[in-house]
Amino acid sequence: MDIALPANAAFASAPAPRLAATAAKPYDDGAVRMFSLAAVLWGVVGMSVGVFIAAQLTWPELNFGISWLSYGRLRPLHTNAVIFAFGGCALMASSLYVVQRTSNVSLFAPKLAWFVFWGWQVVIVAAAISLPMGYTRAKEYAELEWPIAILIAVVWVAYAVVFFGTIGIRKVRHIYVANWFFGSFIIAVALLHIVNAAVIPVGWMKSYSAYAGVQDAMVQWWYGHNAVGFFLTAGFLGMMYYFIPKQAERPVYSYRLSIVHFWALIFTYMWAGPHHLHYTALPDWAQSVGMVFSLVLLAPSWGGMINGMMTLSGAWHKLREDPILKFLIVALSFYGMATFEGPMMSIKTVNALSHYTDWTIGHVHSGALGWVGLISIGTLYYMIPRMYGKKAMYSVPAIELHFWIATLGIVLYIAAMWMAGVMQGLMWRAVNADGTLVYSFVEGVKATFPFYVIRLAGGMLYLGGMLLMAWNTVMTARTAATPALLPGSLPAPLPAPLPAPLPALNVGRLA
Amino acid sequence: MDILFLLIPISVLLVFALMGVFAWALHGSQFDDLGREGERILGDHEPERDTREP
Repeated sequence: MDIALPANAAFASAPAPRLAATAAKPYDDGAVRMFSLAAVLWGVVGMSVGVFIAAQLTWPELNFGISWLSYGRLRPLHTNAVIFAFGGCALMASSLYVVQRTSNVSLFAPKLAWFVFWGWQVVIVAAAISLPMGYTRAKEYAELEWPIAILIAVVWVAYAVVFFGTIGIRKVRHIYVANWFFGSFIIAVALLHIVNAAVIPVGWMKSYSAYAGVQDAMVQWWYGHNAVGFFLTAGFLGMMYYFIPKQAERPVYSYRLSIVHFWALIFTYMWAGPHHLHYTALPDWAQSVGMVFSLVLLAPSWGGMINGMMTLSGAWHKLREDPILKFLIVALSFYGMATFEGPMMSIKTVNALSHYTDWTIGHVHSGALGWVGLISIGTLYYMIPRMYGKKAMYSVPAIELHFWIATLGIVLYIAAMWMAGVMQGLMWRAVNADGTLVYSFVEGVKATFPFYVIRLAGGMLYLGGMLLMAWNTVMTARTAATPALLPGSLPAPLPAPLPAPLPALNVGRLA
Repeated sequence: MDILFLLIPISVLLVFALMGVFAWALHGSQFDDLGREGERILGDHEPERDTREP
């Protein structure tokens, strides 16, 4: 990189406006880089906990009689770590990366971006300590107690200021579609979090919900499903609409369709939540509304999925050679599968069979491992080398290997959970001629054992891929020229070729 | 189900807010030249003209 410095000095005096403009517009990638690295770290941690609790379900002795290691406390640790730590860091890294490049401007309030980074890490560490200790609001995906929930709100508002501030000072009039998805994700998550976190504190780490009974359940699943819709879907669609075109080096198949996808998705998502409360005390009509909205969601979801895939139209051969594209495109196919399965499971008659069984766990993981996980991993493999001024990761074959073991892991995981879920549903509803149950509950648990073993194997493969990624990331960072010079100071591809054209250019002008 | 008297108005207000943002996007020339916008991101490192109105 020492050659890059004189090159930059020459830029300043170079008369060519083209080059001067590039040098004058560095991106603030410091926080982006740290968020990328944090995503890899928390991915390893969160998935390790997942593998451990999968083993606990198979062999309950692994609780070891220690309350801190009990399944009930580690399960929310797993979900919080993979969704908000791994997924959250990947989303923050990619959104702050994309918004600068598509707005042709560096971050608004870069120092605030660092506050977002460290604040978010404090939230994650606080979760990793408080959840095993048993502090919880007992709301799924919203377990963290009120002091941590307030910190989340503060950090989130700072994140919104950085993101929308950057949109505000953009140098390109059109706001690229990925930013619309990221923006809606940021606003919706703030709203959902604030409404669902309304509590009455009775101590530093204890509170009661402001809502009671079925009212509380409705708020919780209004939050819970929209968290799926805006955190786990809209945010990652933002990644999809930027990184698939970039990696494929082709514009998105239909930019118009991407706009329709966005508006259709955000107008219909808000009322799908009641499908989590079929056959409960929730009024029947509210359940049916939830089901209808869930079915409607199939259309925009598949429109977006097809739009992303067809971006490769005419360039399918790239899929053969490029493991990053494999990650991104297979992620989309899992998005398509999960967004077909979800509406289907929201149909009340199907839900009567699937609800409370491991089918739901299979569905969630086809979305989480397949869609969210693979699109994030592909995106990180794109961004990390650029964060170190390199063209590619340290080992590209390792990316290819990661892709195959991760995919195999997902297939094992979700196929095992489908079979286990349908089997459990059928066993629970089987009745004898006299109306008594054919099977006791524990017989269903026993019959599930082999599927739990297969699921554990699938999870271990997926974790293995993540460890490979961590190694690849460390090696990429260690072999970077001089990382100290790079923290976000230059858009990636400058080093060697640049000094050469400059003298030529100057000579040309002199002559 | 008193909670629906909170959640439904929130959702309706949100839809109106979204319609407002959509109207802004529509009349604020966001959708004027969609054919080109998809391709623009492919050349990140090309310096861009400031395409906003002065």
